[in-house]
Amino acid sequence: MLAQLSNSNFLVIQTLNSLSLGGLLFLLAAGFSLIFGLMRIANLTHGSLFMLGAYIGVSLLEAGVPNLWLAALAGGVATAVLGGLFERLVLRSLAGNSQGQVLVTLGVSFIVADLCLMLWGGDPLPIQTPESVRSPLRVAGFTFPAYRLVVVALAIVVAIGLYVLIERTRLGAMIRAGVDDMPMARAVGIPVSRLFTIVFCLGAGLAGAGGIIGGPILSAYPGLDADMLPLALIVVILGGVGSLAGAFIGSFLIGFVYTFGSALVPDLAYVILFLPMILVIAFRPTGLFGRMGA
Amino acid sequence: MVIESAPGAAALSAGGDADVLLRLDRVDAFYGDSHVLHAVSLALRERRVLALLGRNGAGKTTCMNAIIGFLSPRGGRITLGGTRIEGRSPEAIARMGVGLVPQGRRIFPSLSVRENLEVAARSAGVSDPWTRERVNELFPRLRERERQAAGSLSGGEQQMLAIGRALMGNPRVLLLDEPSEGLAPLIVAEVGRTIAALKAQGLAIVLVEQNLRLALDLADDVVILNTGRVVFDGPASDVRDNDAWVSHHLGVT
Ligand SMILES: Nc1ncnc2c1ncn2[C@@H]1O[C@H](COP(=O)(O)OP(=O)(O)OP(=O)(O)O)[C@@H](O)[C@H]1O
Ligand SMILES: [Mg+2]
Repeated sequence: MLAQLSNSNFLVIQTLNSLSLGGLLFLLAAGFSLIFGLMRIANLTHGSLFMLGAYIGVSLLEAGVPNLWLAALAGGVATAVLGGLFERLVLRSLAGNSQGQVLVTLGVSFIVADLCLMLWGGDPLPIQTPESVRSPLRVAGFTFPAYRLVVVALAIVVAIGLYVLIERTRLGAMIRAGVDDMPMARAVGIPVSRLFTIVFCLGAGLAGAGGIIGGPILSAYPGLDADMLPLALIVVILGGVGSLAGAFIGSFLIGFVYTFGSALVPDLAYVILFLPMILVIAFRPTGLFGRMGA
Repeated sequence: MVIESAPGAAALSAGGDADVLLRLDRVDAFYGDSHVLHAVSLALRERRVLALLGRNGAGKTTCMNAIIGFLSPRGGRITLGGTRIEGRSPEAIARMGVGLVPQGRRIFPSLSVRENLEVAARSAGVSDPWTRERVNELFPRLRERERQAAGSLSGGEQQMLAIGRALMGNPRVLLLDEPSEGLAPLIVAEVGRTIAALKAQGLAIVLVEQNLRLALDLADDVVILNTGRVVFDGPASDVRDNDAWVSHHLGVT
């Protein structure tokens, strides 16, 4: 273990892996956190949307979509529409019944998993790294897989975009008002049901696009949903429900903890992963960035 | 004088129905199994201030909750300008012209002062709509704090913001639930002047108050609740003249 840690190549590669996993996690957790914060729903289909995105990406690329970026865009729109329909047709009728919502989202996640297995089979399906970023970067004697850097850059761009949307627009202020005090937001005439749909579409779209963008690193396989969902949960609990900054920092934190944990002490990877979460729940229940009392 | 009049009698006798903007008609409301409002009736007329009084726990806030739609009455009806509103969503009721300044203010603490006003803005088809500019003229201190998080304001400033936020929706009826609660006397006087000014501009107001002097100074009509029942409904002048009776029903001296 110490030998590994003193190997600078190991350090550089694992750091890069951590960052790219963090970036992917952010695409997943940002929407999860916004949905949780605004609608008080732990959307357990979020991992399914990520996996569905990955599979849709595989099919789109096979069907001749020229590159991964276009596939991610189209797949993101597709999962956004699916998420929106799910919110309107199913979750809407369960408003106020959070237990029912948890059970329904859990049930739907199983259904999606089975449908994916039926449609795409049980073998992992790789997604090719886009040609433009396939050749590794060589800097100072180290070789970097360029695609991973692109994933990190993309996550940062999405984070900035979300930040502007949430913090700098009237729509974003309405969403924050709903997170602050939902009944009062309604009492000043904010159309919260429309906000729910918008936020759900946004979260679902980001998750789906994230699945495709993560494809060259993770590929599409049965169980991808169940691998990703707990990570998103931990990120949101660490970062605080409804906090974008919390989701961002939490994602990269978990990216590092998970990557280094599984590389150094694979047997204890889950302990290392869940221990910080338990500590946070015990000592700071609103998360590192959550508002106290919110 | 009328002491224990039948619910709604005064409102019915004075001027009939034509100018009634908001009416509760034998409203029954529950929290779970506990029956909190018992056949409550009241009528708010155009350009009037109706003071809704009663001891702690009498059901005043519950009335507000029923009007804005936080709570669906199990019996009775609530009408705004003749249209039934009970059972509709709060956002629909707000959009129909009810503005709520809730007990405890409940401004959005993480939003800036400016955003608190912006999210409530509605470009309704009214001739003289409320804008941020107009709210800032009414409460110049809000302009100074425009970019500050609303949660960092003083109690008085939060109250002004809560009133301004309600006005941004261009309400026909303003519901004020204990606007003077927890404020220093100077600020209470300022809130009082604001309410008078809003009334002068033609707004109809339901004013819930523990501060009896403030309420009676502003009110045209008074409804008193006792354990969820209307025990008085009449002109404010009747209440002003009867201290013993008031202390009996309100527990104040
Ligand atoms: N959310 C609730 N759930 C259950 N009971 C409630 C709830 N809110 C109020 N009550 C009860 O309903 C009754 C009326 O309460 P309400 O808040 O309407 O009184 P109020 O006249 O506004 O009193 P205050 O002057 O203290 O604000 C009280 O007995 C109170 O305990
Ligand atoms: Mg009250």
